[in-house]
Amino acid sequence: MSYDERTVVAWVERLTIRDLRSWVREGWVRPAQGEDGPFFDELDIARIRLLCDLRKDMAISGDTIPVILSLIDRLHKSQRELRMLRQAVDEQPEDLRLELLNRYESIRKP
Amino acid sequence: MTDDPYRVLGVDTGATQDEIKKAYRKLAKKLHPDLHPDDPGKKSEFQIISAAYDLLGDPEKRKRFDAGEIDAQGHERPERQFYRDYTSRPGAERYEPGGDTGEYEDMSDLFSDIFGRRQRGSGGQSYEHSFHARGRDIRYHLEVDFMDAARGAKRAITMPDGKAIEVAIPAGLNDGQTLRLRGKGGPGIGQGPPGDALITIAVRSHSVFTRAGNNIEMELPVTFDEAVLGAKVDVPTISGMVAMTIPKGVSSGRQLRLKSKGFPVGNTGHGDQIVRIRIVLPEKVDEEMEEIARRWRAHQSFDPRETLRRAI
Repeated sequence: MSYDERTVVAWVERLTIRDLRSWVREGWVRPAQGEDGPFFDELDIARIRLLCDLRKDMAISGDTIPVILSLIDRLHKSQRELRMLRQAVDEQPEDLRLELLNRYESIRKP
Repeated sequence: MTDDPYRVLGVDTGATQDEIKKAYRKLAKKLHPDLHPDDPGKKSEFQIISAAYDLLGDPEKRKRFDAGEIDAQGHERPERQFYRDYTSRPGAERYEPGGDTGEYEDMSDLFSDIFGRRQRGSGGQSYEHSFHARGRDIRYHLEVDFMDAARGAKRAITMPDGKAIEVAIPAGLNDGQTLRLRGKGGPGIGQGPPGDALITIAVRSHSVFTRAGNNIEMELPVTFDEAVLGAKVDVPTISGMVAMTIPKGVSSGRQLRLKSKGFPVGNTGHGDQIVRIRIVLPEKVDEEMEEIARRWRAHQSFDPRETLRRAI
């Protein structure tokens, strides 16, 4: 589902239309382009809630936000890659999986 | 879980609103689940301090809590979905580095690292190159009418740079489906190719038709004489009016099927249109109708509620 600016502002506590537009301008949130303005999906809205927490509750400055977002996004990317790697390992035959696991353990605790 | 919100935030009961805010701010920085995507326990810890702050951060609620009018549990926040709860779903890559520039389609950092090292290890030379990257994908949200989704249509969307591109909406498209137009996204960097335009289609609801899978459902109002005697009536479908035979003696709720008048399935078939009968009386029932009903009632023995009585 997608929601327009007005709906999102009404929905997310503490959010103003000015906040929302400035965050979109900064590229912190990247909504879809609709015919009469932006449209936000659930991922965008969860990100807006996170930005509200960071900006309002934690009073983190606008200069610092890109640093934090980029670290969070990188971490999610790493986790995604680990999930995919895990899937690739899971699909291997039992003996190969064990071998990988043992080798991994020995690297982890030399 | 501690019941006492003062203990949760680590302030004493005489703390000022400012001290409470500061205490919460400090804990929020430490515990926010999105700052610890890898630690599942942080979510419940954060919920607890949020609930405590909900109560104490609001002077009114705090006063009522202090007076014993409301308890700490009564005001726990409903389960909140955090950003990290969405990041493993499909489509969430777009905020990750390179996520909407298609780096993923080639090789992830992890694997380019593995294969890159192997290449160097086997004596292959490492090659220097200037920076090229695929352009960013641009997402669009397009609302179309039910009929356009059913029959297919052409629509134009305006790009951020003012250029218009034509979008062919295939017949039978589903609400929420995404169309990908290759190379219609943001420009590439260096010699990289442009990104794609991703167009998510929202289908507006229709006043008569509703979609159920590949079938179309609609309600057909009929008069009592049509229901009793049967009739031939015109029924709208997505491909125009169709004459339909209503059998003698139909009841409200009876479903009739118009074969192949539903949504297209692949290139070959179509779903059906399901027509649900609804018997409608005129707003004002005249004497003649009442007379007919009275005469019928005098000698009938039909009981449509027989099974209801047997149910208890």
